[in-house]
Amino acid sequence: MTEQATVLRLTDVRKEYAGGVVALDGVSLEIRAGEDLAIVGPSGSGKSTLLHLMGTLDHPTSGTVEVGGQLVGGLCDAAVSRLRSKWLGFVFQQSHLADRLDAVDNVATGLMYAGAPRRQRRARALEALDRVGMGHRADHRPHQLSGGQRQRVGIARALVNEPALLLADEPTGALDQATVRQVLGLFRTLHDQGTTVALITHDPDVAATFTRRVEIRDGHLSSLPTPTPTPGAIR
Amino acid sequence: MTALLDALSLGWFGVRGRPGRAVLSALGIALGIATLVLVTGIPASGQADLDRQLDALGTNLLVAQPTGGGEEPITLEPEVAAMVRRIAPVESSAALANLNTRVVPHDFADPNVTAGITTLATGPDLLGPLGAEVSSGTFLTHALVDLPAVVLGDQAADWLGITAVDATALRRIRLADTWFTVVGVLPLTPELDQAVFVGWGAARDLLGSDGRPTVVYLRAVESQLEAVRGVLPATLDPAVPGLISVSRPSDALAAKRAVEGTFSGLFLGLAAVALVVGGIGVANTMIVSVLERRREIGLRRAIGATRRDVRRQFVVEAVLLSLLGGVAGTLIGVFGTVGYALLRGWPVVVPVPAVAGGVVCAILVGAVAGLYPAVRASRLAPTEALAAA
Repeated sequence: MTEQATVLRLTDVRKEYAGGVVALDGVSLEIRAGEDLAIVGPSGSGKSTLLHLMGTLDHPTSGTVEVGGQLVGGLCDAAVSRLRSKWLGFVFQQSHLADRLDAVDNVATGLMYAGAPRRQRRARALEALDRVGMGHRADHRPHQLSGGQRQRVGIARALVNEPALLLADEPTGALDQATVRQVLGLFRTLHDQGTTVALITHDPDVAATFTRRVEIRDGHLSSLPTPTPTPGAIR
Repeated sequence: MTALLDALSLGWFGVRGRPGRAVLSALGIALGIATLVLVTGIPASGQADLDRQLDALGTNLLVAQPTGGGEEPITLEPEVAAMVRRIAPVESSAALANLNTRVVPHDFADPNVTAGITTLATGPDLLGPLGAEVSSGTFLTHALVDLPAVVLGDQAADWLGITAVDATALRRIRLADTWFTVVGVLPLTPELDQAVFVGWGAARDLLGSDGRPTVVYLRAVESQLEAVRGVLPATLDPAVPGLISVSRPSDALAAKRAVEGTFSGLFLGLAAVALVVGGIGVANTMIVSVLERRREIGLRRAIGATRRDVRRQFVVEAVLLSLLGGVAGTLIGVFGTVGYALLRGWPVVVPVPAVAGGVVCAILVGAVAGLYPAVRASRLAPTEALAAA
């Protein structure tokens, strides 16, 4: 296996909130292109803080974050925003779709800050919807879609700019079991097509569907053994 | 270009999101701008009307009449108009006599109701100093001055309901106990507009006039006006010149014009206050909107929006909101001005600088009102914004 380029690297990261709460301490993590990674941990373990730091939405108290080989610390807001729009795609527990926009326009929003010309956005958004199997619902508004469908539109919005890393924060947290399976299947398909995925979850069963797994507990990170493929697993 | 289009479409999308709220918050701006346009448009139209009257009247028209006196009203010599004309700078003059006669519009009218119309005796020379032309029919020609014929001032004609003379169906009005045929209608100076006119002969024969005038109208060379003013009293009444008052009708109009000019300054202040209140309304709406849309802001930041992008989105939205009110206010103001001017019979003047200034004001107010909420939105930490329920 050839060595892939590093997409994201955290080095000895510590995050301390006002009031002295240490959410993360001594966290180092490297994600390479083509990986699929699950970060699993119970609530309060620092998962969300970790995702925010990985997503450059927040800055560490100490330690460094590199996205695409570029150190994030010290960059101005505009540069960090540009980095985000170019390298990262976010999927949240809630899909955060705009109620008054149909699916394709919601997905096109993902291109607004990436400098894509207006006339190309719709076509690219439709392509992204096709990738998540929602092409036939392009003109539906969020309230006309099921929870799973909304989440898939949210994933399409994260994908539309072809980010180097798809960051997902509990994307299945608000879904029922059957839908969870579908969404995880979608992540699997996207990974097979070459997308690098990092997913955060509290659910070990969800994490079990990923090749590489790390566990976060009380702000510390530890690798878990690669699971032996089990045919009956949730995928 | 793309960024601008994005900002505009996002802003418009935001305004449309809550139409009721948008309309209510734009209403304040609309009222302010409407006030601005109205308080500049209506006085401008009124002044245009006064200017038109001043033009028609001319500034070299003088009116001389005896004032005060005892129980017997003072009257002038019958030949007074000709006497005045002998003053060199006087171009034309005419005398009138107030007949104190009751005017009854038609057979069925109550003879005790007079509607405040004055009856004046005069001659064909009245048209000279007043520079007036009949709008319908004819004035008192030499052939008509001895006959029971009457000409109506514009306002009197309006009150009597006889605004035009139809030669095939002549109308009559009763002066004292005699029926007079209406032969003409004409616009004159404001005070003469409320009178009806009969010839000297008819006044003497039918209405018992002694032929002595009570007022003289004259027009003199502009540069000699003061000199003419000076000699008029002695010319009209050598015995008691002090009782003759001379006035210039255009002075009253000019004074009115000046008064209306000072009014508009006051109302302009009122418009400014309304605009400020409107701006506060927009700012308020935007602050609430930012609070409600924290998740949207967080998402946009995650997608790659810079602080500047977020700031611009909310400023543009506030400007559009305010502009919406500005355009509505301008329309209300223009329609109001046109309607009022038409109602008063004024020429319509919508001052373009006021309209343009109104729209620019709306944009500026929107930008200022949107700035604080927009800065607040842009300062929101993405993590906090996303965590908002």
